[in-house]
Amino acid sequence: MLTYLIFLPLLTGLLLCLVPRNYGFFMRLAALAATGVTMLLAVALFLQFDGAPLGPSHAFKFEQQIPWIPALGISYHVGVDGVNIGLILMGAIVAFAATCCAWEIRSREKEFYILLLLMTGGILAAFCSLDLFLFYFAHELALVPTFIMIGVWGRGSDKNLATFQITLYLSLGALVALAGLIALYLRAGAHSFDLVTLMQAAAKQPLPDADQKLIFPLLFLGFGVLISLWPFHTWAPLGYGSAPTPTAMLHAGVLKKFGLYGLIRIALPLLPHAAQAWAGTIAWLCLGNLVYCGFVAMRQKNLNWVIGYSSVAHMGFVFLGIASLNLIGVSGAILVMIAHGFLAALSFGLSGYLEQTTGTLEINEMGGLLRRLPFLGSALLLALFAGCGLPGFANFAGEVTVFFGAWKQFPVVTVLGVWAALVIGGVYMLRAVRGILHGPVPARFAAVQESDWPLRPLPYVLLILPLLLFGFRPSLLTDKIWPAAQSVLAVVTPADAAPPPGPTGPPKTKPARLVEHQP
Amino acid sequence: MNYSLISMEIAVVLLGLGLLLADLWLAPPAKVRLGYVAAVGLALIFGWSFTFSGTPSALAFSDMYVLDPLALYFKRFSLLAAIVVLIMSVGFAERIAAGISEFYALILFALAGMMFAASANDLAMLFVAMELITVTFYVLTSFQRARLASLEGGVKYLIIGALSSAFLVYGIALIFGTTGQLNFDQIAAVASKYEDNKIFLLGVFFVLVGLCFKIAAFPAHIWTPDVYQGSPVPAAAFLAVGSKAAGFALLLRVLFTAVPGITNGWNHLLIALAIVTILYGNLCAIPQRNLKRILGYSSIANAGYLLLGVAALNNAGRAAILYYLGGYLFAVLAAFLVILIVMNDAEGEDISVLAGLNQRSPLLAAVLTCALVSLAGIPPLAGFFGKFLLIRAVLDEAANNPACYWLVAVACFGVVVSIYYYFGVIRAIYWSKDPPVLSPIPVPRVLGAALVFCLLGMLYLGLFPNHLVETTQDAVKFWAGR
Repeated sequence: MLTYLIFLPLLTGLLLCLVPRNYGFFMRLAALAATGVTMLLAVALFLQFDGAPLGPSHAFKFEQQIPWIPALGISYHVGVDGVNIGLILMGAIVAFAATCCAWEIRSREKEFYILLLLMTGGILAAFCSLDLFLFYFAHELALVPTFIMIGVWGRGSDKNLATFQITLYLSLGALVALAGLIALYLRAGAHSFDLVTLMQAAAKQPLPDADQKLIFPLLFLGFGVLISLWPFHTWAPLGYGSAPTPTAMLHAGVLKKFGLYGLIRIALPLLPHAAQAWAGTIAWLCLGNLVYCGFVAMRQKNLNWVIGYSSVAHMGFVFLGIASLNLIGVSGAILVMIAHGFLAALSFGLSGYLEQTTGTLEINEMGGLLRRLPFLGSALLLALFAGCGLPGFANFAGEVTVFFGAWKQFPVVTVLGVWAALVIGGVYMLRAVRGILHGPVPARFAAVQESDWPLRPLPYVLLILPLLLFGFRPSLLTDKIWPAAQSVLAVVTPADAAPPPGPTGPPKTKPARLVEHQP
Repeated sequence: MNYSLISMEIAVVLLGLGLLLADLWLAPPAKVRLGYVAAVGLALIFGWSFTFSGTPSALAFSDMYVLDPLALYFKRFSLLAAIVVLIMSVGFAERIAAGISEFYALILFALAGMMFAASANDLAMLFVAMELITVTFYVLTSFQRARLASLEGGVKYLIIGALSSAFLVYGIALIFGTTGQLNFDQIAAVASKYEDNKIFLLGVFFVLVGLCFKIAAFPAHIWTPDVYQGSPVPAAAFLAVGSKAAGFALLLRVLFTAVPGITNGWNHLLIALAIVTILYGNLCAIPQRNLKRILGYSSIANAGYLLLGVAALNNAGRAAILYYLGGYLFAVLAAFLVILIVMNDAEGEDISVLAGLNQRSPLLAAVLTCALVSLAGIPPLAGFFGKFLLIRAVLDEAANNPACYWLVAVACFGVVVSIYYYFGVIRAIYWSKDPPVLSPIPVPRVLGAALVFCLLGMLYLGLFPNHLVETTQDAVKFWAGR
């Protein structure tokens, strides 16, 4: 099932290579069909996956393993558990929405759709992968199309600079992470890149502390660059501002979560001692994202840059959740990752639509557009509200869970973080709302209209629905996340493997049903 | 005396002599097609090479010559490179004023040198094989007598080649003078006695410098960009692939068969060589505008990456060198094939000639992009897996020698820099503004087939590396017990 999910977009992309380039409409349909079926598969997968507690050994569902490079212990090994099931669902939905938004691409459609499908397949493979080599390989497969898409179809005057910057930054980050992964493989001594084998080996004989202290910074810094951790975040706003809309949606929404996923999936369970030693540093660095990037976002005049910086800022929540190293915090981090994926894709999709309609993204030049563009305006309003963490959206559930989790270890950071989230986030989001949607309509926009095509709102509706659904019923996700997060943390902080402490969790994210699941 | 061991070399030399003889009777247009004859002949020898297994390794000519899996690997590698280079030469024939059959024959003689180098087990053999390669390349690089750049490249290659040959022969003399031995195995047997002998060490060092010339590594790298720029495209391609591989075959044998103890003691020297070579190649490539010069500097940088495998001092590193060379073969030959075809069309080698290549010939654009992406080391192409193996080998050694972390850091930095300048080329191909010419570029069918072959090679080695990984691990297995 996972293999279909991964190879459907990849093979469609390869088949499109054979189609002559003047069949642009057919390419679109094929890409839509492939990502649409992928999305349905992911939804089916999500529904089939039950969050039943896992045994003492970390078991994966829908596992499949095929030897790939046996000489080095590398195999094609995929599987899901509570940590990645939500991310796969999110990735597949965002990929479909991004393909819908790709209508704006009018030149060299063939190459664009091929790259988009490759990127989709790569992303899904990265999140399904249970082999360190496949994990990295799939990520690069998804990353390289990003560079090309920004370079060829990018927007704005800075696209060449953006291409170079994002290419160099992300390649460096990926290489550092690769060095960390190889070091991990060598030091574990299991002669295998297989995550399950490595986890079993680590359970018997944890890596020596010296090795952990060496490998963790490599993984952390490498992944940190990929996630736009402060102070390595400068590529993100420029890159997203210059990327074509579907690329920005896929990268900011899904691909960027790869690094965070790597931290939770690989760094925490395999390098527990180093993770504990670094937790404090991570927590303080996340303030750079939350506070500093929040302030920078306040000063931006261009909607894309506001969204870009706010997406960098939101990564701070995830870091804080990971740094807390307890069940509530890590589950919250995963929840924020999923919620932010929908949100970032929604925001960039809407800003692309807005730019197409009005021809500008400068906040000062716009105004009163809610009257002219009722659907687009309301959707943007929802996106911006979700961005400042309004209850009812999945982001709120995730962020509040992170804060509850982090309170015990890092009270100061948490206070500052809450402040940043509520005040700074509120300021720049509300400013954007006021500048774009309210006030008098400038004369040049007196005639703008939304596309009258009935399916045009489809991608945005698809992205808003899960935000609201998981906002009102976070248990749909948390029921699946908790058992997996628990078994990840069982290695890091054995004390936490006991049933989670009672009243600290927010009522929404910790439904009573969960208690029955505890062994 | 076992002549059957050198039957492949004999066949190659006979083929070359046959071409020279055929030249006497053929009309000029038919002479051009002799290149195909030679390529087919080499393809047959390539197929024949699979009847040799190399296990157990066989020695011949008072142990000067060894046929083992490592030698066979390098022989097949050189044969493959020579086949593609001969096909390139046919496409290049119209730009060579006279003596195209000699051009083909010289390629075959250089190939024979590379095949002997792959089997060298003795310093005399090493020197003879290396001179056979180098002297033929003196002629090949300056073959376009009417072109000043070609002559300049030839002269530079001659001067620095002569200098490094002097180093090499001086080093051999010092080694022979101290130990009285030329054979690698016998040197290995007595080397431990001479590890404190400064003259012996100086001799080994001089041999190392002489070999650095062949692989285009610091400190004998200076000729590379000029020679690549000046020499005829097929000669430059053969120099970049075959000559470098032969240099590494010799380097591996000398360092790990003849003087393993000294090599282990010199680990910091090897790391420093790799670091300087990577930095020099990559940083100097940044301002270049000439595509052949970029490939020249990238060839230096790649020599540095390959030295990673030497500095790792383990079998994983040696196997990684062989793998990396395999990926490098396809990428570099593909890049030179595109240069050959595009520059055929427009006289000039500046990157700006590539503007609009995407519209002019999507095949050429795609192949050149894949070649550069593979050289940069980005999945899913062969170059990525080669770099992956090399870094893995060095990190393996890092447990014993923390300096290896610096080597990995520099290698990663080098990769990022190389992505920068390779992407400069790719940008010119795909999104340069207002390309001056948009006429389609015709791709001759045989060259197109060679392009597709290189492309498939890069993809196969990148996606299904298992077979070659196992082959390379087998090829270096004999070092494991030492």
